[in-house]
Amino acid sequence: MSIMEYNGGAVVAMVGKNCVAIACDKRLGVQAMTISTEFPKTFQATPKTYIGLPGLATDVQTLSEKFRFKVNMYKLKEEREIEPRTLAHLVSSTLYERRFGPWFVEPVIAGLDKENRPFICSTDLIGCINFAKDFVVSGTTSNQLYGMCESLWEPDLEPEDLFETISQSLMNAVDRDCLSGWGAQVTVITPDQVITRTLKSRQD
Amino acid sequence: MDTLVSKYANSASSASFDDADNLGQNMAGWDAASQFALPAFDIPMVANPVDFLRAHTDASAENRIRIQHGTTTLAFKFQGGIIVAVDSRASGGSYIGTVSLSISFTTSQTVKKVIEINPYLLGTMAGGAADCQYWERELGRRCRLYELRNKERISVAAASKILSNMVYDYKGMGLSMGTMITGWDKSGPQLFYVDSDGTRMRGERFSVGSGSTFAYGVLDTGYDFNLSIPDALELGRRAIYHATHRDAYSGGSVNVFHVKETGWVFHGNFDVNDLHWEYQAQPKGPIV
Repeated sequence: MSIMEYNGGAVVAMVGKNCVAIACDKRLGVQAMTISTEFPKTFQATPKTYIGLPGLATDVQTLSEKFRFKVNMYKLKEEREIEPRTLAHLVSSTLYERRFGPWFVEPVIAGLDKENRPFICSTDLIGCINFAKDFVVSGTTSNQLYGMCESLWEPDLEPEDLFETISQSLMNAVDRDCLSGWGAQVTVITPDQVITRTLKSRQD
Repeated sequence: MDTLVSKYANSASSASFDDADNLGQNMAGWDAASQFALPAFDIPMVANPVDFLRAHTDASAENRIRIQHGTTTLAFKFQGGIIVAVDSRASGGSYIGTVSLSISFTTSQTVKKVIEINPYLLGTMAGGAADCQYWERELGRRCRLYELRNKERISVAAASKILSNMVYDYKGMGLSMGTMITGWDKSGPQLFYVDSDGTRMRGERFSVGSGSTFAYGVLDTGYDFNLSIPDALELGRRAIYHATHRDAYSGGSVNVFHVKETGWVFHGNFDVNDLHWEYQAQPKGPIV
């Protein structure tokens, strides 16, 4: 079994009309055994930017702290919040630093830039950035998430519709993946507010 | 064409058993050797068929072709007979190309893992679904032949031994099954564990599959021989539910059966997600 599938997990992000959404499951497992159902994998980087870190749980925790540190240092030096696009390159170079002994995570970044334009991207475990205009998926459920997103996503969704779309995509995808699920967390980012909701989903 | 018609016409006319002479004629066509011989399978034309199969079915094989993985099944004896409870998830694992990426996807959430061999015999299914279904069907055929020849039902001990002897003949060929054979015969309720290694054990309480350890935890905690029938059904249901919650490869719904003197009775299909929120709302009782 690959180390990327050791703990399980799923993250997805989507672009809407002047808004973005990022969602994750809440399972922490050790191969087949579910250890916790309160292990969300998205983290707030700035007021309007979130980072999702599915992969090996130990690296998820280490990197979430590492990125928190780097984002805070950036803010102190630059006296402004980091832009999502800049954060993507920060994440990418942090991962490429470990090119020959990588962190086992495949991050997803979602946020609004200073002009409130939506931005999403994902990277592989050594930092190759994938800029997408519609949606990005990551984690053990990525195959199923691609299927759901390809059929449910449409352009210019309003925040409430985007929430519904990303929630249905994630929940139906994780039901077809043994290693993800057990609850979900969805964050919708709009220019004037950030809404995080916890979803009640299947517990098997 | 005429021979074809006459063949069917013949068998239709001789189907009446009222005539004692006719019965004797029918028996002439009976070939015990073929009826009780092991089924014949085509073997791949390679130097070593066992190695060939292993190369394509092992967990480490690059292009794995197998649908099985997880399951939780259990059965236990108690004062009112036997309770059988199982989950209903089928999961698949495969390796894609040279990347060797393993994925564990849920193939189905509505699998029947209790095989109804006849109104008095139940078999459970863990391991290879095809292996379990095929060999328990073959067992059913042999049990039916037994009761036609002997004018009485086969004992569970004998039935389970037929199964274990059949699969033992294919030991090392890659069969994969872990099953419980239960039923009620002359000597009362009977429970046997049979697997593809050839193991056959009589017992009071069994759980088989990837979620079995979780199910045993609940089963052993709540078990009492003098459990009432509703309480015993609930224990089986609860043990499977807990296994589906903790084990990634078990899930879907619980199927519960009760084996009693008059044969087995199906006691329903329960979605484990409904059970989860139902149990979550209940106050927690003392552990001991």
